[in-house]
Amino acid sequence: MTMARLVALGLVVTALTACAGDPDRTGEAPAPLLTSAGADTPAYGDTYIDSLLGDISSLIPTITSDGSSHAVGGLLYSGLVRYDKNLAPEGDLAESWAFSADCRELTFRLRPGVRWHDGQPFTAADVVFTWQTIVDSRTPSPYKADYLDVERVVAEGPQTVHVYYRQPYAKALTSWATWMLPRHLLEPYVREGRIREAPQNWNAPVGTGPYRFVSRKAGERIVVVANPDYWEGRPNLSRVVYRVIPSQATTFLELKAKGVDSAALTALQYKRQTDYPAFARAYTKFHYPSNAYTYLGFNLKDPRFADRRVRQAFAHAINKRELIDGVILGMGREATGPYKPGTWAYTDRVKTYPYDMERARQLLAEAGWSERNADGLLVKDGTPFTFEILTNQGNDERKKIAEIVQAQLRELGIGVEIRILEWAALLKEHIRKRRFEAIVLGWGTGVDPDQFVIWHSSQMAPEQMNHIGYSNPEADAALVAGRTACVQAERVKHYHRLQQILAEDQPIVFLYFREALPVVSSRIHGIDPGPNGITFNFTKWFVPRQLQRYTAG
Amino acid sequence: MIHLAPGDPTELAGAEDPGLQQSVEQMRKLYGLDQPLHVQYVRWLKRVVFLDFGRSFQPDGRPVLDKIRERLPVTLLLNLVEMLIILLIAIPIGVRSATHQYSTFDKVTTLFVFVGFATPDFWLAVLLQILFGVHLGWLPMSQLRHPMWEYLPFWRQQWDFVSHLILPIAVATFGGLAGFSRYMRQSMLEVIRQDYIQSARAKGLDERKVIGKHALRNALMPIVTILGLSLPGLIGGSVIVETIFAIPGMGLLMVQSVFARDYPVIMGNLVIVSSLTLVANLIADLTYSLVDPRIRVGRRGRR
Repeated sequence: MTMARLVALGLVVTALTACAGDPDRTGEAPAPLLTSAGADTPAYGDTYIDSLLGDISSLIPTITSDGSSHAVGGLLYSGLVRYDKNLAPEGDLAESWAFSADCRELTFRLRPGVRWHDGQPFTAADVVFTWQTIVDSRTPSPYKADYLDVERVVAEGPQTVHVYYRQPYAKALTSWATWMLPRHLLEPYVREGRIREAPQNWNAPVGTGPYRFVSRKAGERIVVVANPDYWEGRPNLSRVVYRVIPSQATTFLELKAKGVDSAALTALQYKRQTDYPAFARAYTKFHYPSNAYTYLGFNLKDPRFADRRVRQAFAHAINKRELIDGVILGMGREATGPYKPGTWAYTDRVKTYPYDMERARQLLAEAGWSERNADGLLVKDGTPFTFEILTNQGNDERKKIAEIVQAQLRELGIGVEIRILEWAALLKEHIRKRRFEAIVLGWGTGVDPDQFVIWHSSQMAPEQMNHIGYSNPEADAALVAGRTACVQAERVKHYHRLQQILAEDQPIVFLYFREALPVVSSRIHGIDPGPNGITFNFTKWFVPRQLQRYTAG
Repeated sequence: MIHLAPGDPTELAGAEDPGLQQSVEQMRKLYGLDQPLHVQYVRWLKRVVFLDFGRSFQPDGRPVLDKIRERLPVTLLLNLVEMLIILLIAIPIGVRSATHQYSTFDKVTTLFVFVGFATPDFWLAVLLQILFGVHLGWLPMSQLRHPMWEYLPFWRQQWDFVSHLILPIAVATFGGLAGFSRYMRQSMLEVIRQDYIQSARAKGLDERKVIGKHALRNALMPIVTILGLSLPGLIGGSVIVETIFAIPGMGLLMVQSVFARDYPVIMGNLVIVSSLTLVANLIADLTYSLVDPRIRVGRRGRR
């Protein structure tokens, strides 16, 4: 399941938390236009059938980390803020917000008249309760770190909430996109540290989102219906059915047989297996850069990789375009650093490493690798340059990358072995214990550019995430400055600087951001693709009356 | 033993998501994973004595027994039907191949069952899905019910459910035919060479009675043994079939729990599957007495 779970995670991360990229590359084919009059006026009705690769793990998304739970939770619950088409934060349950001058106080004004699915009013007390729930030590929430710097949260009347921070915190606003939880139902469970046992977590969730829960059958499906009292008005699609189909191949066949209305495709399916007219009539294809990049990382404690020239040589020796074409049929874009092209923190004014074997050889020679032995391998002080790349099992993409890198480095006279390990074994025995020479792995980028935990030199302890052992005082300074400022214009400077440093240093070879490749039934209208993917305006999707397929519901 | 596998449930969540990694230590304490192994084991044993298998480590935190209870019926239904069909087909094939050894029928069925044995499940499953699901559109390809099941009239609902079972059962059956039909053939061949078959024929019984009654009953003995041995598989479920056809059964539950290192579910599953296996073996032993008059359970008649 790990693989399916990861795929699902990747998929929904892109769909939910949204991602940027330039808008002109999204939405390959326009939705077919109907000629009959009035076909494009939004209509209520029809059932949308979606697929999930893994069952949801529970119905309070705050304590889950899987993509399925977040996808379903996103329809049932809502947060104080959310992201619009271009990934800018906009008010959801909060009408407006303001930071104090020192960035340490954030005040939300809540939207009046919002009700929970059971009819109770949503108030500031619920916001305070949601925060208390997440930070409670007995709540198994993976998002506690977002609220470490919160000193207290105070409700002032039913409509105003003040959040006080101990120090300015970069993710202050975006952390409040978290799903609001109903105090009147969950409080007794949270107080006893039994939030997982609340009926709201199993089969009676109550949120403020656009859809209300109807039923679920474990491992099979989840059904939700439009919430007529949603603050933005009733969503157009009257029902949503999630089918749990753990095999991507089966999901694809179901798509062909119109058993599901939407699915995320693999590059092969997207480019080759759906390239026929009947499919083009039935489905609209979309693509946008996803929220994660793949990289070739080095253990910088290894004296060979500690030399920047060696890493730069590798960057020159790896033909990224060819790699993307070979591994994911061109459905990705080259990464120049850890930020996704198109997001506000991204800059392309950094050092790049075009494919250039001559330059690579030259850099290696400068680093002292110029002699070759009988096998054609580079030798320094009597030892040939050979190392091992580790990657995780079940990810064909990464295996192929390792193989291509192996071939390309062989040309330089470097011997590469590849070892593929099960996730847990790789993580625990090698990554955490720093027992690796090189790795092919990925990092999620999230919505905020703060990447302190990945690059800062203080984050090298065994359980921490700077497992490559990167340390550069200049990068440290940029990371700290970036996370303590709350004005975007100022933060941009620090993150641009960070990207320039990383591009120069190449602590890892940034390979590519892959494209998310969703297709949606062409009877669904109103999809407005943007940097934030496609599902951000789900409540505005509709099926014109004459195209509605499931009228029973 | 399970803990020997590297990683624990708290570490695996979102390994590549920097935001998630920071709460690991707290979660570990919450689930009692910070305790030494023997302490964890004794705690678990104490609870199991009272049939309390604890709660899953997954965010739903449901009792392990509930998780197993909702998945066991599907797996049992699928596998019992499958086994029944296998026996219904394999026994006649085996008998006929034995009585007509080296005939065309024998050769054709031998070829057929071995092709079935050699065909990988996942490949056949996808082929059948493409043929019956995509091209012909006759049968549903995955899961157990239509997405709009609750809106179907009663009889359509029943047919819908049955139609969802056809492909998975067909795939599982095709692969299982070879074993049983071959064993049946082999043991039948042995039996018909026995003296008592000769004497049955000699006393003028008609051939159908000789084979159907005297020979078959004796030839079934090894089949019952094999049946007993294949019972754990019936309860454990088939991961491949369940994954491809999206059937929420025991196989999927077990595999997903192993990947998530959901120890309470894994342990509970193992205890329940092994105890059901013991029960099933007992049943198999009891059926010996039905098939073989020499074996009698209890009472004075024992030799």
